[in-house]
Amino acid sequence: MYISFSDRGSAQGTASPPGRPVATRVSSVVIALGIVSLVTDVSSESVSAILPLYITGVLGLSTVAYGFLDGIYQGVSAIVRIAGGWAADRGDQPKWIAFFGYGLSALARTGLLFATGFTSLVAVIAVDRLGKGVRTAPRDALITASSLPENLGRSFGVHRMLDTVGAAVGPLLAFAILFAIPDGYDTVFVVSLAFAIVGVFVLGLVVPNTRPSAERAAPGTSRASFRWAQLRDPRLRRLLLTAGLLGIVTIGDGFIYLVLQSRDAFAAAWFPLLYVGTNVVFLLLAIPLGKLADRFGRAGVFVCGHLALLAAYASAAVPVAGLPTTILCLIALGVFYASTDGILAALAAQSTSEASRATAIASAQTVVAATRLIASTGFGVLWFAVGRGDAMLIIAGALALLIPLAALVLRGAFDRTQTT
Amino acid sequence: MTARKRTIAAVLVSAVLLGGAGGYGIVAWAGSQERRTGGNAVQAVTTDTAATGDRIVFRNTASGDGYGLVAFVPLADPAGERSVTAQACDRVYATTVVEMCLHIDRGIVTTFAATLRGADAAELRTWPLPGIPSRTRVSANSHLVAVTAFVTGESYGTVAFSTQTTISTIDGTDYGNLEDFALLVDGERITAADRNIWGVTFGSDDTTFYATAASAGRTWLVRGDLTARTLTAIRESAECPSLSPDGRHIAYKKVVTGTASPVWSIAVLDLETGVETLLPAPGNVDDQVEWLDDSTLLYGLARTDVVGDSDVWSISIDGASQPRLFIPHAWSPSVVRS
Repeated sequence: MYISFSDRGSAQGTASPPGRPVATRVSSVVIALGIVSLVTDVSSESVSAILPLYITGVLGLSTVAYGFLDGIYQGVSAIVRIAGGWAADRGDQPKWIAFFGYGLSALARTGLLFATGFTSLVAVIAVDRLGKGVRTAPRDALITASSLPENLGRSFGVHRMLDTVGAAVGPLLAFAILFAIPDGYDTVFVVSLAFAIVGVFVLGLVVPNTRPSAERAAPGTSRASFRWAQLRDPRLRRLLLTAGLLGIVTIGDGFIYLVLQSRDAFAAAWFPLLYVGTNVVFLLLAIPLGKLADRFGRAGVFVCGHLALLAAYASAAVPVAGLPTTILCLIALGVFYASTDGILAALAAQSTSEASRATAIASAQTVVAATRLIASTGFGVLWFAVGRGDAMLIIAGALALLIPLAALVLRGAFDRTQTT
Repeated sequence: MTARKRTIAAVLVSAVLLGGAGGYGIVAWAGSQERRTGGNAVQAVTTDTAATGDRIVFRNTASGDGYGLVAFVPLADPAGERSVTAQACDRVYATTVVEMCLHIDRGIVTTFAATLRGADAAELRTWPLPGIPSRTRVSANSHLVAVTAFVTGESYGTVAFSTQTTISTIDGTDYGNLEDFALLVDGERITAADRNIWGVTFGSDDTTFYATAASAGRTWLVRGDLTARTLTAIRESAECPSLSPDGRHIAYKKVVTGTASPVWSIAVLDLETGVETLLPAPGNVDDQVEWLDDSTLLYGLARTDVVGDSDVWSISIDGASQPRLFIPHAWSPSVVRS
């Protein structure tokens, strides 16, 4: 059964014949997964936003402690990501691996209500990030399995749009609660827990247990099983190489916000909220750019998205700083995320067969996460060695050199109208 | 169950969960309203006249409508009735001439700022901070102000932990971010990317100051020079220094456990002899201490029983005396002698 509905609201009850779905439709499974991500992001981002306040203001801990916590936050999820993808492929049950991941994070939210000291807080956050690492690739494999190959970019666009709505709403909700109840940290935690459990229930009840390999297998034959050798597809290798090449010159947007903050009074006053601007652009453009990728080639949009990153670097580095360059920079960052985040998963999904899809997606995301971490560390060194302005110019120059190289590596690897 | 029934079940479960959380929020809000209007937990009067005389200026953390506002008590009677002003500060430091206030401007859009006021509470200038306020100090002659804030606004945590510390004159001449000063440890310049500077205390010559520098998990007490723009490490493992009024001692917090979760105690360094005395203050002290006089310290300690409440304690620097409760329900004390 292929449940579908039109986002134009006109095709209600006019289901197209099986096997010939209309290209403008997105599976209800993708919408459901988007809603799961939305409520889960409301849950996690509401807590992350107020965590520094909570640690310094309530637990009475300061600087060193917060740095330690932040490191955990970033490191843990990359480690388990590939394991999550592999487990999803191995058992051909991505839904239940994703369910485990979402469940783990919800469990961590429960722990947050009882965490009184720094050590218990560290444990809770580690479990939460573990859950996030496990669930990402199986979920993206489910999105792929529930989408038509020619619609994949758009499906991911719809999912990332909903996901980003949650990421934008979470912090605002948390600050609104603290505004109404000044010491209402426990209220934020309770609300966060409720959203996390809602996510787990929606996933468990609404999302069907799609088995990508088994459903692809011809009747009477057994399903194709996962083998590491399937990951040797040259398309995947070229994609990983490209993602790595571009990731190594993609610095954390926190650095870009810091540069803006040091140059423009507007950015300085609104520094804590600059990421909201980026998110709004991201969520507005996720679907249009996904469609564009489906139409004109995902590899092209992925590589060209880095031109937007280049524009963001340039607007942060130009000698004249002010409100226009800040706004331009935030828009460029939003375009960059909208044209790369979901598209990368779509490219990884289409570069391998369904039996190894979750592992492939996990590999691509891990390559990006690892290289970006290297980029941010390196940029930090550069920042102090030559100053932030020159550091920005150097990284922009490196990106400008690597974009054509990346285009060359990916050239011809993905046909424009490719189906898997 | 059919797909339709499952969807209905999911909607119902979500409504119950989110409704329950909403109910919890409403009860919590009602409780906080009650605490806010339920009278002050300590004896207090509100004041709109400028403070005079020798006094302790601090942040009032007693529940009631004065919570979070700047208050003061006479130096001679610190446990007596407090006068509560209209200024809301999360961190405050006052001299006879100015009052430096770091505040979190709460709202759906929460921002952070520093405001410098004159003795008559008139605003001299205000500027934005990149995150949660941490420390602030004004030099004894009221020429210089230092402000430390966390850089925490970015919610995805893509920037590793960092602080921003700036020094400026009260007329607004900016010496910039102290991270741009040359950090020297054993004569070697440290250029590592993870350098952080926080917790400034001023000397008496408008050039010398002390602060904490950190890199690669190590911390140093550094002596800063505003003219040469240098920070020179003089001792390892010392944070948030505070110079005594006579300039002979520096008190700081020092990590006394090697675990992931640090526990700090207060130590006092004799600048002449180089002898360090660890004070027997129980509890985990995370504050930049203030000198009551040349031999007594004041520091804030968070209460473990009430969220967002703390007390100010005093302790002698002799290394033998136990701390005493100095001002209950208070935070961020500064001693103002006219």
